[in-house]
Amino acid sequence: MPKLTINGIPVEVERGTSVLEAAQFLGIPVPTLCHEDGLKPYGACRLCVVEVGTPPRTKLQSACTLAADDGLVIHTHSARVERARRLLLELYVATCPQSKTIQDLASRYGVREVRFSPKSEDCIQCGKCVRICAEQMMAGAIGFAYRGARRKVMSPFRQQSETCRHCGACMYICPVCELRCHGPQAESTLCSGCINFAPACLAYHDDAMCFLDPCAACELPGPFRKDVAPRPVAASLSPADPSGTRK
Amino acid sequence: MPAQSEDELLSQGLKMSDAIPVEQILESWPGSAQNLIPALQKIQSEHHYLSEPALRAVSRYFHLPLPQVFHVATFYNCFSLEPRGRHEVRVCLGTACHVRGGQRILDKALRELGLSESGTTSDYEFSVEPVRCLGCCALAPVVRVDQRTYGHLQQSRVPRLLKPYRSRAEVAA
Amino acid sequence: MRASSTLIATLSDLRRAAARGRKTLLPKQPKILVGMATCGLATGAEEVFAALREEVERLALPYTVAATGCIGWCCQEPLVDVQWPGKPRVTYGRMDARKARELVRGLDKGELKAEWAIGLLSAYDNPLTGARTRLARKTAGVDGVPRYQDVPLFRHQVRWAMRNSGIIDPRSLDEYIARGGYFAARQTLAAMQPAEVIEQVTLSGLRGRGGAGFPTGKKWEVMRRQAATPKYIICNGDEGDPGAYMNRTLLESDPHAVLEGMIIGAYAMGAAEGILYIREEYPLAVTRMREAIAQAEAAGLLGDNIFGSGFNCHLRVVEGAGAFVCGEETALIASVEGRVGEPRQRPPFPAQRGLWGKPTCINNVETWADVPLIVMRGGDWYAQLGTPSSKGTKTFCLVGAVKNSALVEVPIGITLRRVVEEIGGGVPDGRKFKAIQTGGPSGGCIPESLLDLEVDYESLTRAGAIMGSGGMIVMDDSNCMVDIAKYFLGFLQDESCGKCFSCREGLQRMHEIVARISEGNGREEDLELLEDLAWMVRETSLCGLGQTAPNPVLTTLRYFRDEYLAHVREKRCPAKVCKQLITYRIEPTLCDGCDACVHVCSSEAILGEKKHAHSIDNAKCIKCGACVEVCVPKAVVVE
Repeated sequence: MPKLTINGIPVEVERGTSVLEAAQFLGIPVPTLCHEDGLKPYGACRLCVVEVGTPPRTKLQSACTLAADDGLVIHTHSARVERARRLLLELYVATCPQSKTIQDLASRYGVREVRFSPKSEDCIQCGKCVRICAEQMMAGAIGFAYRGARRKVMSPFRQQSETCRHCGACMYICPVCELRCHGPQAESTLCSGCINFAPACLAYHDDAMCFLDPCAACELPGPFRKDVAPRPVAASLSPADPSGTRK
Repeated sequence: MPAQSEDELLSQGLKMSDAIPVEQILESWPGSAQNLIPALQKIQSEHHYLSEPALRAVSRYFHLPLPQVFHVATFYNCFSLEPRGRHEVRVCLGTACHVRGGQRILDKALRELGLSESGTTSDYEFSVEPVRCLGCCALAPVVRVDQRTYGHLQQSRVPRLLKPYRSRAEVAA
Repeated sequence: MRASSTLIATLSDLRRAAARGRKTLLPKQPKILVGMATCGLATGAEEVFAALREEVERLALPYTVAATGCIGWCCQEPLVDVQWPGKPRVTYGRMDARKARELVRGLDKGELKAEWAIGLLSAYDNPLTGARTRLARKTAGVDGVPRYQDVPLFRHQVRWAMRNSGIIDPRSLDEYIARGGYFAARQTLAAMQPAEVIEQVTLSGLRGRGGAGFPTGKKWEVMRRQAATPKYIICNGDEGDPGAYMNRTLLESDPHAVLEGMIIGAYAMGAAEGILYIREEYPLAVTRMREAIAQAEAAGLLGDNIFGSGFNCHLRVVEGAGAFVCGEETALIASVEGRVGEPRQRPPFPAQRGLWGKPTCINNVETWADVPLIVMRGGDWYAQLGTPSSKGTKTFCLVGAVKNSALVEVPIGITLRRVVEEIGGGVPDGRKFKAIQTGGPSGGCIPESLLDLEVDYESLTRAGAIMGSGGMIVMDDSNCMVDIAKYFLGFLQDESCGKCFSCREGLQRMHEIVARISEGNGREEDLELLEDLAWMVRETSLCGLGQTAPNPVLTTLRYFRDEYLAHVREKRCPAKVCKQLITYRIEPTLCDGCDACVHVCSSEAILGEKKHAHSIDNAKCIKCGACVEVCVPKAVVVE
């Protein structure tokens, strides 16, 4: 069983345990946006970086993908780690300003100002939806596409997948969930719609990035269906654009 | 070839030109994942793009989820989901070419072929795309048309360079 | 299939092949060689070759016309060499079909055509055997043609990895053997223990030539100790750094050297299978390598029971699909396995868990090509050159604003000044040296004040750059460093795999900020913000691409901050590159009204009658610069 030191505390864990899990076992909170128990470690959000090694030869590595190994010396909250997380969070807020999860983390890390122009992206590409769909729901309906600045989560050819069972797991697990489905008041509220699965989001927003058909919440035909016209919800609300084209 | 609309050309999909059908290409590879990229490369070179039916066939053949095949097809530069032209004009934008005006050569080639950004002409004769480095830096700026590399270019030479490919295309038509 | 006549299984078989090779390498009849690597072909070597052949046939001359690889004299391509028995080999530069025909006719009459000759080679060394091949007794120059050893480009070179480039026909196995090839492989398989091979490699001090400089012997030792089987070796020929083409040249000019290095490595590490991963942008390298593998297999030098030793080694080529990040070893492995090239965290290192989860050793093309030399001459011989921490030689591609663009091989530890000013011949056109960019998008721009730096892995890293695979791009005062930073960020934000948030989003934001500065909309706080972002991307990204991606920005900020400030404070681009900050104007006193600019202008922005001074309509001008290129009296000025 590997023995390692985290923040000066010696700890012995089972082989195969990650440094993140070892830290959590000790009750040390390490922030993360892409880690989820039951899903394979992904290491994309970089928030869980910890300082590895003894000075002066140390480096930052993501705790979720780092296997706990004999003799590892880990610092989870050193000045270097904290600075890196603060800068990361500043960038996260600028990317997804409307995510409450990100706002809360940023505020905990003392991010008081954002020096970048806000982008209002729908997605931080943490890959939770892709992994839960493939690993837990065994559907493999959505995936990443493209690379670099163009990389995004999507269903192939932007079409409804035959393997999708409309389980809603992707929406449920999304850390910036309000972005998957903007809800009826996207402009003014932080999060709505998908958390409580009501009211129906697609009826209000023709550009919602929803992979479900019909939506697990509203049971309306999804944005990719061309054969069925969306069911009118109420006369006062405009129906979803059946073409589902987005930007 | 009679003039065809973009939709017609696209709908031809797998049948475009006299290319080997996708199914036949696939049969020449064992269905293990390591052959995915070589198979896609072969389909790309035969059909000048990876169509939706082709990618679905590949996904079935290799028993890989479609999103995974789609990610591979969109990740690598050598694949295209849109049909590419008969002649591929690749303008090098490596560092040496950049400092010697590679971007200007690219802009000139685009203007010359009536394109506003890198892509394919409406008659599917030319595709113009930047490429990261062709490894002929001493000859910067460099352009490769199909298999042939041209070095020491100037903007004024671009029309002359494209001309033979044009006339050949017209003769074929 | 093995034809028994060409099967090479014993030392005497090797010697017979060498004898065959010598006959074509140094025939009794005159021989004309044409450099037919990609650079040569791009400048018309094919036409030259055809013209030479035709003319030789037409005149029924007893000359052989043969192809060879690249000798590295890139600025003089296409190159033709004439090798007349008993006379020094003469190199002719910038040939074309007409000159080629005339050359043959001249040779027939005994004329040298000294006016086209650029170098004389009276002997060349073979580092593998330590022997020197004398072509002629006379060593003095002829008719003012300089000897190779007097040509500044070659004077400081030590050609170890490129020992055969430009000398042998890359398609001839026999010629490779004639130059001492495959003797090291036989020696290894017949008489050395794996541990002995690794001992020599460790002793040589050889470090990874792909750029990171990990000690090769150490990597091999880790591999040898792995219990898991099978083990794999990979040759990393995914040379993605823009400005670097040494691997392409080696693969095209001397493919068997790479194969031999891999056979030796496979034996030392206990691997039986290997892959050469070559980028698809190098079609000729892929072809040459596939041919070489087929030849080696036919001769029994690859496959089962090589040299009757019972050792098996199978190698094959895998073509890259166009992704810079696949030069990173874990991404390369993912790509070979048929997945997207997204790097994963190390440890475990590929030597522990690599291809298909098995121990895998990945070395650069040049590293593999150095191996036969080390085995043949011994590790201590190899270590005679270099600095205390980095041994041997390194190939560099010297391009950009230098007189002699070339592929050179020099001892590690040579100063940058010597490379730029002596080998490269300095900056042409009376311009002023500004920076040398090493290591591609992961490297940095080194200013003139650091030109006396001795090149090795550590010194370049201290300067904020990296050795990288060996691209060196010289920049003069017409290059804007903000534009260079923007260029590399644009490159990287496309080429990043995009998995890490820090790299994907961080690079996009850095590009956004630098673009803003280059457009004259930058703020002074932006420089600090850039430094913060650069630090964050470097510290928190998973792979080497992200960790080194900020280098071009950090080095330009460090050494050329005044240029950034000129863009920010004065809204001025000192090098006159950034489009938004410059205008074009025609100086009426210089313009002769020749109309050349009018013809090339795509936006009809040039006004004026023929034979009268022209002017530019700035509202229409798209600043493409075509008019500057064609203006003979240099009347178009950029302000």
